[in-house]
Amino acid sequence: MLAYVFRRLVQSALILLGVSFITFLLLYVLPADPVRQIAGRSATPETVENIRRQLGLDQPFVVQYGRYLAGLFQGDMGRSYLQKTEVAALIMARLPATLLLMLGAIVAELAIGLSLGVLAAVRRGGALDQSLMITSFVAVSAPQFVVGLLLLYVFAVKLGWFPIGGYGHASNLVLPAMTLGIMGSGWYSRMMRSSMIDVLRSDYIRTARAKGLGRARVLALHAMPNAILPIIAMIGIDIGIFMSGIVVVESVFGWPGIGQLAWQAIQRVDIPIIMGVTLVSACAIVLGNLLADLVTPFIDPRIKLR
Amino acid sequence: MSLMNKLLATSALAVSLSFASLAAAQDYTPDPNAKPGGNIVITYKDDVATLDPAIGYDWQNWSMIKSIFDGLMDYVPGTTELRPGLAESYEISPDGKTYTFHLRKGVKFHNGREMTAEDVKYSLDRVTTPATQSPGAGFFGSIAGYDAMADGSATSLSGVTVLDPATVKIELSRPDATFLHVMALNFSSVVPKEEVEKWGADFGKHPVGTGAFKLSDWTIGQKLLLTKNADYWRAGLPYLDSVTFEVGQEPIVALLRLQKGEVDIPGDGIPPAKFTEVMNNPDEKKQVVVGGQLQTGYITLNVEMKPFDNVEVRRAINMAINKDRIVQMINGRATPATQPLPPSMPGYTKDYTGYAFDPAKAKAMLAEAGYPDGFQTQLYVMNTDPNPRIAQAIQQDLAAIGVKAEIKALAQANVIEAGGTPKTAPMIWSGGMAWIADFPDPSNFYGPILGCAGAVEGGWNWSWYCNKDLDAEAAKADSIVDPAKQDERLALWSDVYMKIMQDAPWVPVFNENRYTMKSARMGGSDDLYVDPVSIPVNYDYVYVTE
Repeated sequence: MLAYVFRRLVQSALILLGVSFITFLLLYVLPADPVRQIAGRSATPETVENIRRQLGLDQPFVVQYGRYLAGLFQGDMGRSYLQKTEVAALIMARLPATLLLMLGAIVAELAIGLSLGVLAAVRRGGALDQSLMITSFVAVSAPQFVVGLLLLYVFAVKLGWFPIGGYGHASNLVLPAMTLGIMGSGWYSRMMRSSMIDVLRSDYIRTARAKGLGRARVLALHAMPNAILPIIAMIGIDIGIFMSGIVVVESVFGWPGIGQLAWQAIQRVDIPIIMGVTLVSACAIVLGNLLADLVTPFIDPRIKLR
Repeated sequence: MSLMNKLLATSALAVSLSFASLAAAQDYTPDPNAKPGGNIVITYKDDVATLDPAIGYDWQNWSMIKSIFDGLMDYVPGTTELRPGLAESYEISPDGKTYTFHLRKGVKFHNGREMTAEDVKYSLDRVTTPATQSPGAGFFGSIAGYDAMADGSATSLSGVTVLDPATVKIELSRPDATFLHVMALNFSSVVPKEEVEKWGADFGKHPVGTGAFKLSDWTIGQKLLLTKNADYWRAGLPYLDSVTFEVGQEPIVALLRLQKGEVDIPGDGIPPAKFTEVMNNPDEKKQVVVGGQLQTGYITLNVEMKPFDNVEVRRAINMAINKDRIVQMINGRATPATQPLPPSMPGYTKDYTGYAFDPAKAKAMLAEAGYPDGFQTQLYVMNTDPNPRIAQAIQQDLAAIGVKAEIKALAQANVIEAGGTPKTAPMIWSGGMAWIADFPDPSNFYGPILGCAGAVEGGWNWSWYCNKDLDAEAAKADSIVDPAKQDERLALWSDVYMKIMQDAPWVPVFNENRYTMKSARMGGSDDLYVDPVSIPVNYDYVYVTE
């Protein structure tokens, strides 16, 4: 087990190194000059060259990447080109908001997805089942930008149940968490449905029913715990899916997380921030996957890690 | 009254041989209805990058920096007229190369220390030092000793001398008629050395100035709170107790919140998709202030690329574009343009009507130039609404005279890159990147975007038009410092732009209007809400009525 964890951690480190290299390379060959974004439109050519030299952007790719890595190994993610602030400080200031949003999204997707999945499984083949599965299909496919604006318009503007964007209260969290979670809830409802159907067919459920247990009791105590287990392991993988969603959701709701930071940095070619957010996200995805793999044997002892 | 006339009027009082300006010769008349107190909420989509006046150069922080810091010069609120700021008065030598500024006494930084001439010198040295990486360093090119600063061989501007704690002398290497405007730029703000040294690169997150407001809280990515500087040297100002800036707010969300009374001014304006709806609602329309801005939207024609190297082709393109229709497409939020300068800029040629829209004649001109069947070209455009739609309108207009233009819609940074790379972008629609003046003077529309200095790799002169004769004429105009000869100077500038229209490296398309929406409780003259310098509004002078 320990050897397995160690091997996976080494693998993860190599993946992160690869991500950093590819991202850095892509930003390097991008036909957009970060110096021109910093210098603005009134700068003289000598000002532009001065800034390029100060930031070391006149150096060849290998030197630039080497310097970045050297800094990274010393825990230095560099300073933002435009804000001049340390990237680590900018990310740390925004990370709690993103984590909170993800936690909210996990709660939202599990609550919606699992309950709908159970409902659909119980009424398998019926009109309810079919309409729920169509709904979940739409939820999986709907663009988050549209879902976000729709929720904002209906629940915040028209009904006034929630604030229009913003951050700081529990009520601020509901709509963005729903938006981010709704896609996952579609997956979960489908998985929960098939998982439940499998379980409901099994012998021990029939036995439980046969010995006279009530339908609700059988569902709640015998079927659901067994059906949920394989699904729990999926949450780790969700983190990766969320990472791509937060950029959009945070922009729509004005949520002060790292997705918004990344979006703004991309607009202005602020390479140190783009690199920083990419690496932090990659870290989260790698750890999420690792966690999912490590949790699985505890849930299902038949699976062994090697 | 235009800026130049104003200078003319004040210097009619000129003493002896030098041109002098006396403080309080002109200023803003305080609003008798203004009430002190209250907080307003302004929203922006993008985060505020920095409040360091040497570095900040974007839409969000420009007006905030103006309220936190002061420079030697300033503008009368709501106008383009210069007025003294931290300088109480100044003198210009007859050769136009020496400026002596007399500072106001008793002005204190937010940290309580009194501002002196040493701070002025320190601030100018700081902004021109390469290590600061100021995007505005080039504005100070006319100060003696600038070149030595730029190449790193000096650590202090030799042209800036502290005569006594309240007097600073600035010598220029050449007469520069725009110098007082440069002294009013944010980049010229006076900063306290001890605070800059204390915070280092983080000074931009901990700004300390002499301005009407001080930064009291900044939650990164969420909001900034500016509170009133009770010791502000302009008596009775500011009116507001505080201004809250909330960032990360989509324009459409900001508008919804304004309608609910949670926001006072959406800093990014009215979203295009909602513009008609707002303007058709009588109550909401009342909350919108319309003004001009020192901006021109244009199409660049790359004179280094065939067939735009032929002036007849460029003139034909000028006659092919239906500007009225483009203005209609953006719901009439602009005025068709005839020339590079916007109408509110001194030096604008009023009686020039520009190239008439005449596709038939344009087609004939193309045929005469050797392109009877038109030609193929590319039109670069920024990929955010409404620019691709405008590009399509341009594409249709060009198709009508046989020119097939392929639209290349790219992110802003990529269009800028293509524009500054030789022989890459034959045509660029400037929308989303259009030139907005740094200061209200005709010279600001020439050098970087139409002069030879900008026609270099990485420059902003995307038509790559370089006319040495015009460069000389521009230099001549800017050497006329004598306020009594300002009409002569403006006439020269007008002539420069008329010659540019003859050579037609641009199709000037429109001058965008500014629409500032404000909550019903906001008070103060409309001019303050479309202030040409403090965009979106001049926070020092607006107030709330409840």
